[in-house]
Amino acid sequence: MEYQENTVSKNNFEECIKCTICTVYCPVTAVNPDYPGPKQAGPDGERYRLKKPFFYDEALKYCLNCKRCEVACPSNVKIGDIIQSARIKYSKHSPTLRDRMLASTDFMGTMATPFAPIVNGILRLKPVKKIMDSVLKIDDGRTFPTYAHQTFTSWYKKHAASSQAAYPRQAVYFHGCYVQYNYPQLGKDLVTLMNAVGYGVQLLEKEKCCGVAKIANKLIDEAMRDANINLASIRKAVHDDKMQIIATSSTCTFTMRDEYLHILGIDNLDVRDDIMLATRFLYNLIDSGQVKLVFKDGFHKRVAYHTPCHMEKLGWSIYSTSLLKMIPGLDFVQLDSQCCGIAGTYGFKKENYEYSQGIGKALFDQILNSHVDLVATDCETCKWQIEMSTGMPVANPVSILAEAIDIEKTKAVNKVVV
Amino acid sequence: MSQENNRHYDVIVIGGGATGAGTARDCAMRGLKTLLVERFDFTAGATGRNHGLLHSGARYAVTDQESATECIKENMILRRIARHCVDDTGGLFVTLPEDDLEYQHNFVECCHKAGINAEPIDPKDAIRLEPAVNHDIIGAVKVPDGAIDPFRLTVANVVSARKDGADVLTYHEVIGFEREQNRITGVKLRDSKNGEITSRYADLVINAGGIWGHHIAELAGVRVNMFPAKGALLIFGHRVNNVVINRCRKPADADILVPGDTISLIGTTSSRIPYDQIDNMDVTQEEVDVLMREGTKIAPSLAYTRILRAYAGVRPLVASDNDPSGRSISRGIVCLDHATRDGLEGFITITGGKLMTYRLMAEWATDLACKKLGRDVKCRTAEIPLPGSELEAHEGGTVMTRPKAHIIDLSTDQKAAEERHGSLSAEIKYNTLADEAVVCECEQVSVGELKYAIDRLHCENLINLRRRTRLGMGTCQGELCACRAAGILVKANKCAERTLRDLSSFINERWKGMYPVSWGESLVEGQFMSWLYEGVCGLDEIALPEDKIDAK
Repeated sequence: MEYQENTVSKNNFEECIKCTICTVYCPVTAVNPDYPGPKQAGPDGERYRLKKPFFYDEALKYCLNCKRCEVACPSNVKIGDIIQSARIKYSKHSPTLRDRMLASTDFMGTMATPFAPIVNGILRLKPVKKIMDSVLKIDDGRTFPTYAHQTFTSWYKKHAASSQAAYPRQAVYFHGCYVQYNYPQLGKDLVTLMNAVGYGVQLLEKEKCCGVAKIANKLIDEAMRDANINLASIRKAVHDDKMQIIATSSTCTFTMRDEYLHILGIDNLDVRDDIMLATRFLYNLIDSGQVKLVFKDGFHKRVAYHTPCHMEKLGWSIYSTSLLKMIPGLDFVQLDSQCCGIAGTYGFKKENYEYSQGIGKALFDQILNSHVDLVATDCETCKWQIEMSTGMPVANPVSILAEAIDIEKTKAVNKVVV
Repeated sequence: MSQENNRHYDVIVIGGGATGAGTARDCAMRGLKTLLVERFDFTAGATGRNHGLLHSGARYAVTDQESATECIKENMILRRIARHCVDDTGGLFVTLPEDDLEYQHNFVECCHKAGINAEPIDPKDAIRLEPAVNHDIIGAVKVPDGAIDPFRLTVANVVSARKDGADVLTYHEVIGFEREQNRITGVKLRDSKNGEITSRYADLVINAGGIWGHHIAELAGVRVNMFPAKGALLIFGHRVNNVVINRCRKPADADILVPGDTISLIGTTSSRIPYDQIDNMDVTQEEVDVLMREGTKIAPSLAYTRILRAYAGVRPLVASDNDPSGRSISRGIVCLDHATRDGLEGFITITGGKLMTYRLMAEWATDLACKKLGRDVKCRTAEIPLPGSELEAHEGGTVMTRPKAHIIDLSTDQKAAEERHGSLSAEIKYNTLADEAVVCECEQVSVGELKYAIDRLHCENLINLRRRTRLGMGTCQGELCACRAAGILVKANKCAERTLRDLSSFINERWKGMYPVSWGESLVEGQFMSWLYEGVCGLDEIALPEDKIDAK
């Protein structure tokens, strides 16, 4: 008929046909009876919130923002986005000091890195953990990621920056807070890998935190500010310098590609397709025959790949796993795709700790039963969670590749003469 | 026959709509021994099939001053006595470019004459007030319209009547009258469930059967000519608007968009139908087309909003002229003493009017009843709040039984229950974790709320539960909740076969409303529902005798 010829409603939440598959795939619903589940928290709740904001249920704070509901939904409902947007719009709880500290990954990193040995030591002390537990409500069961003695960017300036321009092709690396303050080695590994295939690694003119933790903790103004700074630099790199943006964190990548537009309402469509994970960038180069990898002999490891939630949402784990499978001597195990439970800052909070560990339990058990030497994953917070909960070492596929390749032979085969 | 059946009443009220329930309340409050009888369920007729609009009276101001004046008076009373049923949304009368702006001046004048606070405002302010309104409007007038839930309102009247000693029989159809010469002395009732026929006796019988009152009067041997005018409406999936939007022109098709609870309603059409068709309320494709064509003019977003269902009701107007549309007819109240009119003692008919004036109709009927019975008691229904509305409202109009500080911790279903039942929601018990479980996820109805409705609000089947709680009224139209609610119901009635039959008629009744608008998401939903109930549950395979009860 004339008036509803487009039979799909423009109100995304109305496309829900109540099949409830999202709730089946929700990691929180399975462990926390206080959480109404994505269907009720999302499209169902939205109708009530449109009636009156009064109907907002504070239990929406239990949502991990893993977006597994959206992956599961056959009707293309942006369930996770609906829930996050509702939290931002309606929740009466404002962020606490703890939330601000956890969310300000860049600020905390800047403060901690110069004193890394002291900070790392203090954060490991039981009495300190107890105090953080009772005063800040940061669970004392949680192991804090250690801070690096030197940030990634200061290493880069000293050891890498000057040599990059010599490479025939260039890409821009969005390192993120984790590489910058906690684990610069991953950034170094990326530079090694990219250089080996003939790519110079540049940094953004100005890089801020991607904002995922700020969005999760309702620090929206701060997240918007950071997002706009990042996008300005990304635009310059993409439009002026004709370079693509690569990252080693699935969450940073996902946030800049999807959350900027869907949650913060910032139009990023002109650069969205140029922001990607380094493994996807590299895989496409190999797949199209532009570059080749040559591996060392004697690499023998059994490696299990864990699919981070935002990697599942991106649909990109295939790139990371395909690269890993190229390594001769790597005995590959694909773990079931399920949430590890940490969800960034979520699992650090005392009120969520128990649920966080409950969510991850099936994954931890599977890892422990698969008798691997190493777990691979593209997300830093998954790494912390799995390392803490299983005692297994966890590495980013980029680091594993950097370790497995024969750098000189790879350079040679790609005719890199730098 | 049990002793109770022989009980002699002062008054028997026929009809479980707003008027009947309101009359039973008024009679009981004035100390009359009262019995309320209804052939199906409360609100099964016109009361449950209208716009749910708390008219300011502005719609009638130009054409019918008397109705307009009655409306605004009752509007103010209902805001006081039925605040848990009223949503104070406010209303707008907007002029579209194709409408005559001249009409507005006369309209505002007539509103003021009727005592309605009609305030012309800048169209830009109207758009700010209600962004869903067509942005091309050239005029806007603010009026004190609102939304009223007719289901809640009627049941609150029943609960009040019962508190004052009234007896209530649902699913009892009047099939004849007991009489002594020229006096009605009681009613012959057929129990719709088992066919058993009994009689109840009273000094006075009040016919409050709405459009069906025509037939009831016939049974008593008197003639009350009703004018059945069918009106169709569409229900949209969510609240498109938060302010009632009317079109500022002579009343016509599809010119009111009402935000009712979680949804929005566009209506109505108006077409004359033969009296024998009043129980067959099917919405035609032409009616859907008219509603969409006209509706999108006042709120363009309706064109791409999901439609949940279509339904139609019958205006119970008293025939007085030959107007084929039924709109120019007065909606005034008609209270007939058949003793003076027809020489039949012990029988009153209260009809005409509308949902807005149900209380006034009840007052007139009860005044007449008291006069005839020789009682001199004043009406107090305009002062005493209905059960559920005793407490002051807060949080934007919701009557809350709990301290404000606790509200933030309530789940959506608990807040929704507070909104639905007002202060009566204190009677909902969440004794176990299971009671807190949500049965109807779209409309947020918990197990506890269903149990309360079964215990206290005359619920024997799923359709009753729907009318008391909004179970199955949401986006999925019972797809997920019908089965769960049937499970709870069967624990109360201990009859699996009856409940299965009931489940089947509930699903069919939902489907009936979805059918005229089955495209897009609603069609997918309907298909999914059929897989669930026919494919998985095999509901269509179960050969059961057709349940005629209330499966309209």
